[in-house]
Amino acid sequence: MKRRNFLTAASLAAGGMLLPIGCNSWVSQQANASNRKRLVVIFLRGAVDGLNIVVPHQASEYYEARPTIAIPYPQEKNGVLDLDGFFGLHPTLKDLLPLWKKKQLAFVHSCGLPISERSHFLAQDYVESGTPGIANTSDGWMNRLLAQLPSESLTQALNVGVTTPYILKGKMPVASLKPGKNSVAPIPTDRPGVKAAFGKLYSGTDELSKAFQAGSKAREVVLAELNQERMMASRGATNVNAFVDDAAEVAKLMVGNAKTQLAFMEIGGWDSHVNQDQILERQLPSLGTGLATLISGLEPILNDTVVVIVSEFGRTVRENGNKGTDHGFGNVMWLLGGAVKGGKVYGDWLGLSESALYKNRDLPVNTDFREILSQVVVNHLNVSSDRLDLIFPDYKPTNPFDVIA
Amino acid sequence: MLKQVNCKQKNNKLKSWFNIIILISIFWLCGVNFAAANESLSHQRHVLSRLSFGANSAEIEQINKSGIEAYIQSQLKPQTIEESPLLEDYLVRLDLINQKPVELQKKEISLYQKLRNSNPSAKQEQKIRKDVRNLKTQAMNEAMGAHLARAIYSNRQLQEVMVDFWFNHFNVDARKKAVRFWVNDYEEQIRTHALGNFADLLLATAQHPAMLMYLDNYTNTAPQSPAGKKNKQGLNENYARELMELHTLGVNDGYSQDDIISLARIFTGWGIDREGKQGDGQGGFFFFPRRHDRQDKVFLDYKIKGSGVEEGKQAIEILANHPATAHFISYKLAQYFVADIPPESLVNSLTKQFSNSRGNIKIVLDALIHSPEFNDPQYYGQKFKTPYQYLVSLVRMGEIEQPEIARVKGMIGQLSMPVYQCNTPDGYDNVESAWLNPDAILRRTSFATAISRGVLNRQNSVETQKIAQNLGEVSTTTKQIIDKTPDKLRAALMMGSPEAMYR
Repeated sequence: MKRRNFLTAASLAAGGMLLPIGCNSWVSQQANASNRKRLVVIFLRGAVDGLNIVVPHQASEYYEARPTIAIPYPQEKNGVLDLDGFFGLHPTLKDLLPLWKKKQLAFVHSCGLPISERSHFLAQDYVESGTPGIANTSDGWMNRLLAQLPSESLTQALNVGVTTPYILKGKMPVASLKPGKNSVAPIPTDRPGVKAAFGKLYSGTDELSKAFQAGSKAREVVLAELNQERMMASRGATNVNAFVDDAAEVAKLMVGNAKTQLAFMEIGGWDSHVNQDQILERQLPSLGTGLATLISGLEPILNDTVVVIVSEFGRTVRENGNKGTDHGFGNVMWLLGGAVKGGKVYGDWLGLSESALYKNRDLPVNTDFREILSQVVVNHLNVSSDRLDLIFPDYKPTNPFDVIA
Repeated sequence: MLKQVNCKQKNNKLKSWFNIIILISIFWLCGVNFAAANESLSHQRHVLSRLSFGANSAEIEQINKSGIEAYIQSQLKPQTIEESPLLEDYLVRLDLINQKPVELQKKEISLYQKLRNSNPSAKQEQKIRKDVRNLKTQAMNEAMGAHLARAIYSNRQLQEVMVDFWFNHFNVDARKKAVRFWVNDYEEQIRTHALGNFADLLLATAQHPAMLMYLDNYTNTAPQSPAGKKNKQGLNENYARELMELHTLGVNDGYSQDDIISLARIFTGWGIDREGKQGDGQGGFFFFPRRHDRQDKVFLDYKIKGSGVEEGKQAIEILANHPATAHFISYKLAQYFVADIPPESLVNSLTKQFSNSRGNIKIVLDALIHSPEFNDPQYYGQKFKTPYQYLVSLVRMGEIEQPEIARVKGMIGQLSMPVYQCNTPDGYDNVESAWLNPDAILRRTSFATAISRGVLNRQNSVETQKIAQNLGEVSTTTKQIIDKTPDKLRAALMMGSPEAMYR
C-alpha cells in the first residue's frame, strides 16, 4: 500500500504554516488539479425528506399523498417559497432564497444511490465509500479524492467530528475539528509545560516524531485561525447551535491560512417517521442559518467553492399513519456556491403518479449521486477525467446536464 | 577468587600477571552475566508485551518468581489460569449480555410488530421507537464494555490477545441488523476456540447468527428451491466469497468465480432461528431444507454430494485444511506477533506447523513464541500499537483498578477504531501504516496526559512509580527527557512516550 510521503517530507519551515509535501510520482500528472477550488460535503444523516424541502407544488398527487404533512401552496400561510413555478422551497429555508436568485443554489431531484437500500447504516456506507453495492471498500471517496489533489497544507482535508467518518477514511491524513461550541477548547497538550515536554520527546526525525510535529502544527494553525474568530464573535450574538458554529469555523479555515480545501460536516436527526412537520421545523432553521453563515464566511472565495448536501435515501411519497414518512429511495441533492450553475432544479422529474414511482411508493432515482460528484471532481476541482475511476471505481458518467459553472 | 600464591620474587611477576588475568576474567564473566541478565530482562519484557495487552506488576512479579517460560506455558493453557475476580465482578453487573441473545432479538421483533400491527398513535409510535433505540444502545454499550473489561482485567491475557486477533480476522460489525444482540455470544465462541483447532473455530463462526447476518448467509437461498420460488429469493455469494478470500485461502489464492458460486449453493439453507421456534428453541443456527440447493456440486475440484447441511461442513473442512489457509493464517499470525512485514522464514515454518498439526492453534503459537524470529532483538518494541492495544495498555500500565470503561470506549472511538464497528469484513489492521498519522498521535499524547492525571480513575492521578515499572526500559533519549521533566509531568510523558506506543 502506497503511503503518502507526508511524514518523510522536507522540514517544517520555521514559523511557516505550510508544509511542503508531495514526493509522490503522480505529482507531475496533477498539474491541472487545483488547490484553489474548495468543496464542502454535508451529510444529512437519517434520510431527510427531500420532497418536503424541494416541493413539487404544481403536482396534485403531492397533496393527495400527503393530506396532513404537505407543505402549503405558495402564497398560503406557511406556504412553500416558489423557486421556478413548479418547485418550491420549504419556508424555513428562506435564508437560501437570495442564493437561488443569485444562481448560487441548485438542486438535483430524484437523485441517489443506483440501488435501493433501506438500511440507514448500509446506505450511508454506500454513499460514503462511493461504491454502492460493494461492502468491502476500505476507504471513502473523499480520501481517494484527496490523493488526487496536489498536497499543500496540513489542514487540507478537514473532518468536523470526533471519529473519522468512512467518507474520509483512507491512507491520506485528515485534520479534525471538534464539532460544536468548544472546537477550540484546550486539550491537555495545549498547556505550555506539557506541549514543551512532548515537543522535546518527539523532536526527532523518526515517523512518530514527524507525525507528532505535523499534528501539533496543524492544531496551531486551526487554533490561530479560530481563536481570532472567537474573540470577534464574543462581542456579538452567541451562535444558535453547533452547526452554525461549525460552519463559521469551516469558512474561516478555508479562507485563511489553514487553506482547508475539502471539508466534511454531518447533521443527524432527520429520520422523520413520526410528526415530520415538527422535526423539519425544528431542524431546518439551523441548517438554513448554518448554510447562510458558511456561504457568507466563504464570500472571498465563493466563486471557487461548491457545497454539496447529501442524504442516504429519500422518504416514501405517501405519508404514513403518524404524520410521518418511511424509508424511500430517490432524494434531492443540494448544490451551493459561486462555482455552481444555480437557479435550477436539475434531474429527471417523472411526476408522482403511481406508474412513475419506484415500487409504487418512492421517488425513483434517475440520477446516480456519483454523476453530480463526478462533475464536481472533474469540472470544479479539475482532477483529470481519466483519474475519475480512482475515486469512483467502475462508474462511467453520462453527463446529462452541467451543474458546474 | 584470587588465589594466593606463595612464591619467590622470581614468580612475583608471574603472580601479578596471573592475578590480572583472574581479575579480568572475573570482570568479563560479570560483564557477560550482566549482559545476559539485561538481555534476559528485555527478552522477558518483549514476550510480555506481545503475549499480553501490557505488563502490570502482577505479571512482572510472576515472571520474576517462576521465569518467562513458565509464564508462556501457562498462558498457552488459559483454562488452568484462575480468572480475575475484578473481571467477574464487572461482568455479573451487566444485564442484557447475561440474557440469551434470542430473547433480546425477540424483544426487538415484538416491538416492531407492535409498530406494524397495533396501529399506534403518534405518541405510542414515538415511545415504541424510543424503546427499540434504548434496547439497541444498551446491548451495544454492554457488549463493548465487556470486551474492554476482558482485555483490561483478564489474567488469561494471551487468550484475550488471540480473541482480538481472531475477532478481526472473522470481523462482524455490530451495527448491522441484529448483530449487536449476538456479538457478545459470538466473541465467547471465538474465545472457546481461540487456542484450539482452526477448523472448529471456522465452523463456529460460520454457524453463528452474528456472521450469518453480517455476511448475509442467512438469506442465501437456491432460486429453484420451494422457498426460493415462493419468496422469489436467490443466491447470496457474500459469505462464500469472504469465507475464501478473508477467512481461509486469501485473495486470489486458487479459487474461481465458479467456486464462489458452488460454495454459495452449498451454503443455501443456512439460517437463523430468529424466534427460537425451531429445533431446540434456543435460537441461533438452523438449517432450512426448503431453501437448499440439493444438487451435487463441484468445489475446488472436490465432488460434494447434495445432502443438506453436511455439505457446508464438508466445505469448511476442505477450506480449513487447505495449504493456502495454513499459509494465510501463518502470515497473519507472524504479522500480528512479530513484524508488519513478517520474516518469510517464520511464515514458512509456521505454515508447516499449521499443516502438520491440522490447524492446532496452540501448537502453532508455541512454535511462534519459541522461534528465532520472534526472539530476535531486532523486532523488540517495533510493533506500533493499535488504538485499542494502546489504550488498554495504558489502563494496565497505570494499574487503574476501576477504570471508567465508557471513557475508554470514547477514546478508542476518537482514535477511529470504535469497538465492534469495523465496517469492512477484513477487520481492523494491526500495522503501523493504518494508525500512525498526525491527528492520531496528537490525540494519543492528549489522552496519555489526561489518563495520567486521573480522567479514568475518578480524577485520582496514577502513580508515576507504577508506570515507570510497568513501562520498563526506555531509550536513553526518552530517559534523559523524562529526568529533566518536572515530577508532575513524568507520568504523562511516560504514558505518551514512543515506548508506550510500541510493543
